[in-house]
Amino acid sequence: MYHTLTVLVANSPGVLYRVVGLFSRRGFNIDSLAVGQTENENVSRMTIVVEGDALILEQVTKQLRKLIDVIKVSNITAEEFVARELVLAKVTANPAQRGEIMQIADIFRARIVDLGRRTLTLECTGDEAKIKAFEESLRPYGIKELVRTGKIALLRGSKYAGVNNIKEEAL
Amino acid sequence: MEVTAAQALVQALEQENIPIVFGYPGGSTLPVYDVLASSAIKHVLVRHEQGAVFAANGYARATGRVGVCIATSGPGATNLVTGIADAYMDSVPLVIFTGQVPTTQVGTDAFQEVDITGITVPITKHNYLVKDHRKLLQTIKNAFYIAATGRPGPVLIDMPQDMLKNKISFRYPKNVSLQSYKPVLEGHFGKINEAARLINKSRRPVIYAGGGILISQACEELKQLAEVISAPVTNTFRGLSCFSGEHPLFLGMLGLHGTRYANLAVTECDLLIALGVRFDDRVTGKVATFAPEAKIIHVDIDPAEIGKNVRIQVPIVGDVKVVLQALLPLLKKTDRAAWLQRIEELKKLYPLFYHQENVLKPQFVLEELFRLTDGEAVIATDVGQHQMWTAQYYRFKKPGAIISSGGLGAMGFGLPAAIGAQLGLPGEKVILVTGDGSFQMTMPELATMVEQKLPLKIFILNNRALGMVRQLQEFYYDKRYFGVNFEFVPDFVVLARAYGIPGYNISTPDELTQRLPEVLNTPGPVLVNCLIDPLENVLPMALSGQMTG
Repeated sequence: MYHTLTVLVANSPGVLYRVVGLFSRRGFNIDSLAVGQTENENVSRMTIVVEGDALILEQVTKQLRKLIDVIKVSNITAEEFVARELVLAKVTANPAQRGEIMQIADIFRARIVDLGRRTLTLECTGDEAKIKAFEESLRPYGIKELVRTGKIALLRGSKYAGVNNIKEEAL
Repeated sequence: MEVTAAQALVQALEQENIPIVFGYPGGSTLPVYDVLASSAIKHVLVRHEQGAVFAANGYARATGRVGVCIATSGPGATNLVTGIADAYMDSVPLVIFTGQVPTTQVGTDAFQEVDITGITVPITKHNYLVKDHRKLLQTIKNAFYIAATGRPGPVLIDMPQDMLKNKISFRYPKNVSLQSYKPVLEGHFGKINEAARLINKSRRPVIYAGGGILISQACEELKQLAEVISAPVTNTFRGLSCFSGEHPLFLGMLGLHGTRYANLAVTECDLLIALGVRFDDRVTGKVATFAPEAKIIHVDIDPAEIGKNVRIQVPIVGDVKVVLQALLPLLKKTDRAAWLQRIEELKKLYPLFYHQENVLKPQFVLEELFRLTDGEAVIATDVGQHQMWTAQYYRFKKPGAIISSGGLGAMGFGLPAAIGAQLGLPGEKVILVTGDGSFQMTMPELATMVEQKLPLKIFILNNRALGMVRQLQEFYYDKRYFGVNFEFVPDFVVLARAYGIPGYNISTPDELTQRLPEVLNTPGPVLVNCLIDPLENVLPMALSGQMTG
């Protein structure tokens, strides 16, 4: 089973290495990982999708919490949350095919972000299922390059997995 | 007043009441050495950086205080790795300082540059590379706090040489600055109640106590618990000495080389009270058949240890001393006569034993050491057969009196750790029990021992082989011995003389009995080369679910 973890970490050098190193050392599988700064410049947020049973998840969570740079770990899998992923895809597109591809983009509410002589680059956001369907629809035209951000997620409503008022850490 | 960062570092150590650092200098740490020279802090010059970190480790284990060591960049830092891993596995508080190439050269593969923070991420509780001199003091403050609190462990601070020369004003922070690190000391009240209910209801409880008892200084509470509920106590290797080896409720060590009655008691118990332990594979063997009839209460300060290897019915996260103090008033005094009678029966049926012949048996050496020191000595060991014989036959009475590499099992630990222990406990009799294999790994530290005028008593249980590995080849590889018998072993008595230490060869039980009182009463160091029965094995030995011996 896949679990979505939200991990708040101190924005310190090497923190990504510590988290990723923990997963590889203890043999936990990362399915996807997205990292970026939060509303607080001293805090980064990692959204990690992990595969494993309840016991593995418990260990992952506890081991993450032991890292000094980890501020908070929440497993939001069982909660109501909004999850998105962004994909950029460069597909082969002769002038004659452009119309068709633009129609597909419309269906997925994707956008054309770049146009080459024989290529189109599209941007699409959505959950995993949508991104997968989008990719499948483009495949017949020939995907030359594709890049995904990994999943990011926030709890729905007024709940939050973050922490308020984190002061600037001295280190 | 402005001082250099190096000066500030030494002043910070003084503020942390660090009396002693173990180290080996090099280019990158010279700014610190320049200041250490005029400090009241004692610097112990070792002969190899591994000796520095093992000595700091032995010092920390013996005194319960944070051990400090310092090494230069590159090879100086990499030579520390085994000792850091050992401290991490056995939860020993260390603060390790390493020099680093100047900040302008970090990342350029400069001479003697190595990414020591990268290397030690999985074997430190935390580590820091301090590029900004203004952050050095807060880093040191945090490092000592992290190393000593919660589940203790090693913290490394890497310091580029140019940073150490920058000027700062010395103001040592009063408080740590950590966002989320807050060890939980008090156990959950509901869970403690549940534990009390299970204990009061239980008919055949066993207490399985580990290093956590020593770290939280809960030996007295453990004794009370055992006596109030009439439960026998077994120790992990790391837990030895937390419960008197002479107490009638003591079962000895459990696990691979544990006593057969300890293992059988665990198998038959209906309640296992696990205190400051981590259900290590050397203890449990096959997890599915470990304590098959028991409900398990597990108290540990590290939440990640609870449920890691074994399913737990009552998990309690907290400091084991604080938890036991809350638990004790909830317990009914019980005598459990039938269970204790069964334990006595097991002890009589399956005692530890060896055949005393006219050759020198290692077990006899340990029994004699125990008898003549009345179990009051501090024993440092190396790793291998002699270590297990020590665990089995020296019945530790004084908490913390065994200094040994448990989790990592690092050969070469013994001599430098004994040096650290003796420096930390100058008034105590410190004895090193080692093997001819382990001793040869770090024997250059004899020079450190002599230089520091330490009266260590060194007993080499010499079988001219790597006995523990040979024993594994005997049992698991059909006696195909390879790479385990030394064709050359140095004359350790002559070697001792080279260091100005008296040395003796002993090859019979009578010689030992005659010589031992004099050796133990010698004011200075002595090396005793015990030529033991080369074929002796460590028994019992749990072989894939069965017991041998």
